Amino acid sequence: MVNYLATVVVTLKQVVNDPQGLTVRSGLRQLGFEEVDEVRVGKHIEVRLSAENEKAARARVSEMCRKLLANHVIEDVRFQVEQQDAQVGASR
Amino acid sequence: MKFGVVVFPGTWSDRDCGQVIEQVLGAEVRFLWHKDRDLQGCDCVILPGGFSYGDHLRCGALARFSPVMESVVTFAEHGGLVWGICNGFQVLCETGLLPGALIRNDVCEFRCEPVHLFVERADLIYTANLDRGAVLEVPISHGEGNYFADAATLSQIEQNGQVVFRYCQPDGLVVPAANPNGSLHNIAGIVNEAGNVLGMMPHPERCAEAELGGEDGLKLFNSVLDSMREVLVAS
Repeated sequence: MVNYLATVVVTLKQVVNDPQGLTVRSGLRQLGFEEVDEVRVGKHIEVRLSAENEKAARARVSEMCRKLLANHVIEDVRFQVEQQDAQVGASR
Repeated sequence: MKFGVVVFPGTWSDRDCGQVIEQVLGAEVRFLWHKDRDLQGCDCVILPGGFSYGDHLRCGALARFSPVMESVVTFAEHGGLVWGICNGFQVLCETGLLPGALIRNDVCEFRCEPVHLFVERADLIYTANLDRGAVLEVPISHGEGNYFADAATLSQIEQNGQVVFRYCQPDGLVVPAANPNGSLHNIAGIVNEAGNVLGMMPHPERCAEAELGGEDGLKLFNSVLDSMREVLVAS
């Protein structure tokens, strides 16, 4: 089995109003960042897992997103899967 | 007539519901622990307000994996009465028993205040003692009560007449100014198509005694009790 790190990013769909993003945008503008057009606030989730190979890891993470990590009524989800070097991880 | 009140870790309105059912309504109540699967023969299961599982990930997202929810889903699918209040409404949407989702209030504030509700449906077990067009005053208490559904789902809900309560002015006018959280179409509560699963953000259990500032919430509890008595007597 190989160790993987999945980085999952969950954001509200474009059609869903994002009041947090609007508030952050207005804060940035007040700080002088007038060039800011839009801010969307989302979630960053790190999942460490083991799998036979990257394809299997991706399939499992995709299922996790579908079943729990995102609510598909309101959220979009995307993720990356990277192989982790177990020895480097242990020496830190 | 027996009510069940589900208790998740982080639920906070369970005792308020229990007080109303037992002391005000004079009916039987059973508290249903989230790890149990036995609904103990309850005729109506309430998913009360609070912060089940700390609202982690999303409101209601983790509660739906509790053992008790498997039984609640089966119970609802067989026509059992399931009534979600506040966090309970969020759980019902996450579970898929009700369409749509509840997102952060458009004002980015936790809103804890009395609101007025226009009663759209008076033909349900939950609203049998009311008239269509009646106005109720019931408190809300939530940060994520902004009802959202995509355009197709929303139009389906409206066509099916699934909206039970809308935020309105004291005179019953449904206008944007009466909307405390940005909910689409001022939606405060909906039912499933069959009419046995109700989700609502306002808290009827917090206005069921005159000493506590109002009795409009009691009308819903009484409706369930009276309707179920008829059903139980008839069977």
